[in-house]
Formats: sequence, structure tokens, C-alpha cells
Amino acid sequence: MSEDEELPDLGGGATPNSNSTVVSIGGGDQNYVSPGPDQVLENVLENVLCFLTSRRDRNAASLVCKSWYRAEALTRSELFIGNCYSVSPRRVTNRFRLIKAIAIKGKPRFSDFSLLPPDWGAHFAPWLRAMAISYRALEKLYLKRMCVRDEDLAIAAHSFPILKELVLVCCEGFGTDGLAIVARECRQIRVLELMDSVIRDNEVDWISCFPEDVTCLESLIFDCVEAPINFEVLERLVARSPSLKKLMLNSYISITQLYRLMIRAPQLTHLGTGSFSPLEIVAQGEHEPDYFSAFAACKSLICLSGFKEIIPEYLSAIYPVCGNLTSLNLSYANISAEQLKPVIRQCHKLQTFWALDSVSDEGLQAVSAACKDLRELRVFPVEALEDAEGPVSEVGLLAISEGCRKLQSILYFCHRMTNAAVVAMSKNCPDLVVFRLCIMGRHMPDHVTGEPMDEGFGAIVKNCKKLTRLAVSGLLTDRVFNYIGQYGKLLRTLSVAFAGNTDLGLKYLLEGCPKLQKLEIRDSPFGDSALFAGLHHYYNMRFLWLSACKVTRQGCKEVARQLPGLVVEVIAWNEEENGTSEDVDTLYLYRSLDGPRADAPRLMVRPSLIMLGKALFNYRAGFPLAALKISPSSCGFHALAVEPSPAA
Amino acid sequence: MSPESETSGGLKTELTLGLPGDLQVQKSGIKRGFSEVVDLKLVNDSKAESQPPSTTQVVGWPPVRSYRKNLVKNCKYVKVAADGAPYLRKIDLEIHSSYQDLLTAMGDMFTCLTICNVLNERKLVDSANGEEYVPTYEDKDGDWMLVGDVPWKMFVESCKRMRLMKSSEAIGLGAAAPSTPSKGSSTSC
Repeated sequence: MSEDEELPDLGGGATPNSNSTVVSIGGGDQNYVSPGPDQVLENVLENVLCFLTSRRDRNAASLVCKSWYRAEALTRSELFIGNCYSVSPRRVTNRFRLIKAIAIKGKPRFSDFSLLPPDWGAHFAPWLRAMAISYRALEKLYLKRMCVRDEDLAIAAHSFPILKELVLVCCEGFGTDGLAIVARECRQIRVLELMDSVIRDNEVDWISCFPEDVTCLESLIFDCVEAPINFEVLERLVARSPSLKKLMLNSYISITQLYRLMIRAPQLTHLGTGSFSPLEIVAQGEHEPDYFSAFAACKSLICLSGFKEIIPEYLSAIYPVCGNLTSLNLSYANISAEQLKPVIRQCHKLQTFWALDSVSDEGLQAVSAACKDLRELRVFPVEALEDAEGPVSEVGLLAISEGCRKLQSILYFCHRMTNAAVVAMSKNCPDLVVFRLCIMGRHMPDHVTGEPMDEGFGAIVKNCKKLTRLAVSGLLTDRVFNYIGQYGKLLRTLSVAFAGNTDLGLKYLLEGCPKLQKLEIRDSPFGDSALFAGLHHYYNMRFLWLSACKVTRQGCKEVARQLPGLVVEVIAWNEEENGTSEDVDTLYLYRSLDGPRADAPRLMVRPSLIMLGKALFNYRAGFPLAALKISPSSCGFHALAVEPSPAA
Repeated sequence: MSPESETSGGLKTELTLGLPGDLQVQKSGIKRGFSEVVDLKLVNDSKAESQPPSTTQVVGWPPVRSYRKNLVKNCKYVKVAADGAPYLRKIDLEIHSSYQDLLTAMGDMFTCLTICNVLNERKLVDSANGEEYVPTYEDKDGDWMLVGDVPWKMFVESCKRMRLMKSSEAIGLGAAAPSTPSKGSSTSC
């Protein structure tokens, strides 16, 4: 996902082929044009390039020469746009003509944590307009962190008659109205997956909109849709979807309803269990369904999730499938170690496990003992507060490292940690590719030694030679960045918060990590001189995010001046009514082939009164983000983009 | 429209830059987030230094997506059965803060019952026939205990399910065993 999506354009759409030779053959046809050697080559290439699927390989092939560029462009069928603003839809549709599958990512990840205004951008509409003309044979559409409206879904349904897969991750802007249109109009839809998205409840019975005959549905994921579902209709839909393998229900589906669905679809491989709780009123003495045997009948089940309002005593129903599970997501289930143990000790084949920290260190010890094949672990906090006595700590981390030697990916929220445990994990789990540790108290040191967490993270980058993604936390000095710069040679994604002492920290990173693609930093004391240290590298990155750091507008301007191919977006508060401050609150920069965007928000509203220093703010309509030049404004929250200097 | 003409008071200015439906006052793009942080200068200066006061809230930290904060309501559902009642109910122990609170909720659920606190015993009484019910629960070890004997938090921790038992059956359940129903005095509320 973090791979380069497109290298700079070589400057062409198709140019007329000037390589053919006119051959006159005897007294015959004088207009026959035999294909020249280049044309032959191109034909051959096209046939060969069809077999190249990796986009990195294709990007490389397209750079060989113009002929290869053209051939590659004509034969690429899958497109990945890692930043929707890095290139314009028009440029994309001009170059690639035969796209069947497209993935587009929009907002930067920190927008998930409310660090961007809601109307910041990443609209799907402009992409849709271009695709509706050029990619009518589109089969797969994947969007992440994009704003998608109901109208967009309607247009998509209408424009892509053979759309087979629609996957929306962390998207927003649409509602059940849009879903109804998709259900009704996308007759060939096999995969409809809505994940972690905010979906309005328009009080539309969208499930009823699927066609009445047998469907080709293979995957239906709607656990994030916070709206009641017409259960009888859903049951009939499942009954007439013989290919259905993945079904993830929302919390409006009770366990009794789940039972009915399961007995209709024992072929399921992936099941999201909904609330896993009976409705409010359950008749006493009435036998509840035999949930256990419903699970026993699902012999192919390998992935289980949901449990959104679980009553723990129902958990034993899943015992029959535990031995086959490769993925178990209990991250909405507030259960204790005691409740987890009887389940987890049967999950010998588990590779992916997500849980809440309610399972405590003891629960993690049970995981460690049972799940020898574990590849991915995520532990989320029940209480996402800084000052809490969390139930998981270095004890759990250490236990996991000792038992789960094949671990590749970990996300661990905790309130206390030690360097020793992190160092141990770095040695016990050499296959780690993703290490994300979130010690929730800001600037929290090793709680045993009182030292910064530098050594722990240093050991991770040093010992985990395959590491590509890292998130650091706790009390950290410049030293940890020195380690990362020194050893993090494969690092592509790095998240930093409340860390470092001086500009050196960021410098170490920018100078040391040649593969760095995505760097997101908040609340760390890095300023302009550190920013300049990355000038040699910014064109190779997906983006750089700096919020609540020490960069200034001057610094940002200078970066934009030196790198005309970057778009530098700045969000800043003024500190005085009538002055301009040099302060920058958020810097978001990224390379772009098409310059600053035109759809930046008009920031009309601001939060309630803030007093900064002595000034009291009034409101005024903010300036659009993509101003052509920095314009000082006398007051107000305004955002500006520094336009790259005119192309040389 | 000049800046001054837009008043700083009123609901208009209370709109926040947060996700739709996000009820918390979340401000993006502001150095320190909440306006409750009175001494912003202090926080700004302490960026690189020692811990800021632990009570300050910071936008977007810890980095947990809002739907995880909202959905995981820290809930602890247990089944509640009442002897003689046709239906089970479920109750979320986490949303109550005390035994009294819990009893009130149970009284609301099983509407024929009213709370009767006599001496230190907690009971629910069926106003129709004077039948007394004593709340009991099954703990982690599988034992049935009287509700109210242990500190509240400990109870929430260990309670697996609850049963409103008729007083007559609850004898012997612990030190606070109720008096037999034939002694009418204890039923006066």
C-alpha cells in the first residue's frame, strides 16, 4: 500500500507512430504500409506486458523508452493512486485507457484523529467524472479515506455496468440512500464491503434493494453501517446467495438472528457476528437456539469478528470453529482474561488476533501459550485515556514475544512499558515488519528505569531487519531518531508523536532513511532547518505531515520554492488580529504532477472562542486552501497553499 | 462582511471541526486543542520538555478512531432473570455506579417490583402480592451470592449473571440472609 504509484510522466500521451516504412511492391498496392520494427516491437510488448501485474514492475517497464511507455499504458488494467491529489484524473485517463480496477486513497491518516477539518477534501466526484467517461468497463473500485456522496454512488452504479467489487474503507459522505442505489443497480456486484466508514442512516431499507433472483454476492460487509436492517429480507438475501463467503453484520443483528443466517450459509469463510447478544427481551425457559451447532456446521469458517455487544457467556458457542480460525477479531468485546482463555487455547492456527486490553496481560499470556503461528496482533484500549492504570503492560508484550516467534505485525496500546520488553521483542521476533507501540501517556518514560524509550525502539530498528512500518511513543530524545536513521534502511512509514528534542531528530530521519515514504509527525520540536534536510528526498515520498511542530511559513515557502513539483499545504492560526504570525500549525506536503488543488475548503466555521495571548477572534470566511500566493489575513483561521514557482 | 459583524457569541460559533456526529468538542488545526486549556503558553513551551499537566486533553490523542471510542461503550452486559417473570432481561453493569442505581434500574425493568430498603438489606417487592425478591448473582467462581456484600467495583468485575430470587429461596445465601416473609414487619416501605 505504500508503494510508489506513479513516477513522473515522460511527457506523452500517444504520439503518432512515425516508424513505419512505405514499401511499394511491384506494380501492386502502393498504399500498403508494412509495420516498421518499432511497431512490431510494440505489438509484441503489449502481449508480453499483459503478464506483468506488479505495478512496480510496470512502472519500471514504462521508463525504458517511449515505446515501452505506450505499450505499458495500453496494457495496464489495475491502477493504484496512493494520493488522490498527486495527479489529476484527466492525466490518468489520458495515459491509461483500459483500466478495470482502480484504488484511490485520499486523506492522510491523521485525519482519522480529527486533525483535519471535515471538508478538507479528497472528493471522489472529480475522479468519478473522468472515470465515467473513460473506464466504463470498470470492475473493481477501492476507495480509502475519500469523500463519497450518494450522488457519486448513483453515478458510479450507472456508469460502470459491470462493476463487480466496491470497497469503501474509512470513507464518509454517503448514506443508506447510496447503498440502496448500489444494491439496486449494480447487477453484477460480487463484493460490497464497507469498512470503518461513517454512513448516514437515511432510513432506507437498502437490503431490500438487491435483485430478487439469485445473486452472485461473494462478500457483503456492512458492520460499520449504524442503521437497523430489515432482517427477514436479509435472511432471504443470504438464502439466495449461494456464493456468499464473507458476511459481516452490524450490531443491529442479534445473536438469534445470526443463528438463522448461519444455518442458511454454512459455507461462510468470514463471519462478522453482529451484536452477539440477544435482543432485550428473551423468553425465559424458552430454549435458545443451539448456537454451538450452528458454528459446528460452518466447517469452512476461518475468520471471525463482530461481537459488538457481547454477553460473554455466549462466547462458548464459537468453540467448534476455534481450531480452524486463522483470524479472530475480539476488539469490540470487553472480556476478561478468564473469559478469553477457554476460547484462545483452542485457536492453534490463529494468525491474526485483535483484542481489547480488557483481556489484560494474563489474557495475552494465554495467547502466547496457544497461538504459536500468530503473525498479527492488535491490542486496543477500552479506555483511550492518558491517565489510566491500564490492564496491559510490558508483561503482556514480553509474553507475546516469547510465545509468538513468527510475529510480523503488532499494534499495542498500553499505559506503561519498559525498554527491556521492547528489546526482548526485537530479538524474539526477527520477522517483524510492522511495529506500532502506543504508550498512551505523553512523554512516558520506561516505568521501571525512568529512562527514555530510545533504547527499546533502537533495538527494534536494529534487530528487525525487515521492518517497514514503525510508530513510536513514550519519552523519546533525538537519540531514537539517530538509531532509526542509522538502521531503518527499509522503513517506509513512520509515525511520531510528542518526541525528540531538537531539529537533529528529524534530520537523522530524512538523511538516514532512503525508503521513507510516509512520515507523519505531531507535537515534536522540529523546525525549518530540519525541514530543509529532506529537500533531496521529498519527491520520493508519498507525503510529509508535520503538525504542532516548529516549522514556520518562511520555511514552508522556501521548500516550495526549491521544489516546484511539491504541493505544500499549510494550516495556520493567526495569533493577532492584525498581524501575520510565522506559525504553522499543520504542514502537509506531497509531490504532485498537477500543482495545488482547487477544491480546498472554504473554512466557514471555527470552533468556539479561543484566547491566544490577548487576542480575541472574530470570524470571517476563511481563504481557500489553494491560494495562489500566501496572503496574510488580518484574522481568522486560514489555510494557504504555497504554489510552486512557475515551471522552469 | 467585516469580521466584526459576526458575533463571537451564539451557537454559530460553537460548531466544531469534527466528524459528523462527533459530539466531543474537537478542534483541528489548533495547537493545543481544547479551549479548556487555560494556559496555552505553558503547554506550547513545554513541548520538548517534561510532561505537561496530565489533565490537559489533546486533540486526537491517543490515536484511537472515534468509532472505536464510541462503540466500545465499556459495556458489561449480564442477564437478569426474575423468578416467575416470563422474560430475561439484560443489563449493562458499567453504566451504573452503585448498588442503589442498579436496583433502581432493575425496578424499572421489572415494573411490578419496587425497591424496598429496609435496614441494610436491599430488596425488591412485588406490590401486587407483597412477594419479596432479593437480587443475587453468580460470580466468577460459579457461586451464587447476595448482591451488595462486596464493594461495587468488585461486584461489576465478578458478576456473570443475576437472578432476582424470591426471598424464601434466598435463605442461606450469606450473612445478610433476609428474614422469612411471614414476618410482615419488614415489608413496610
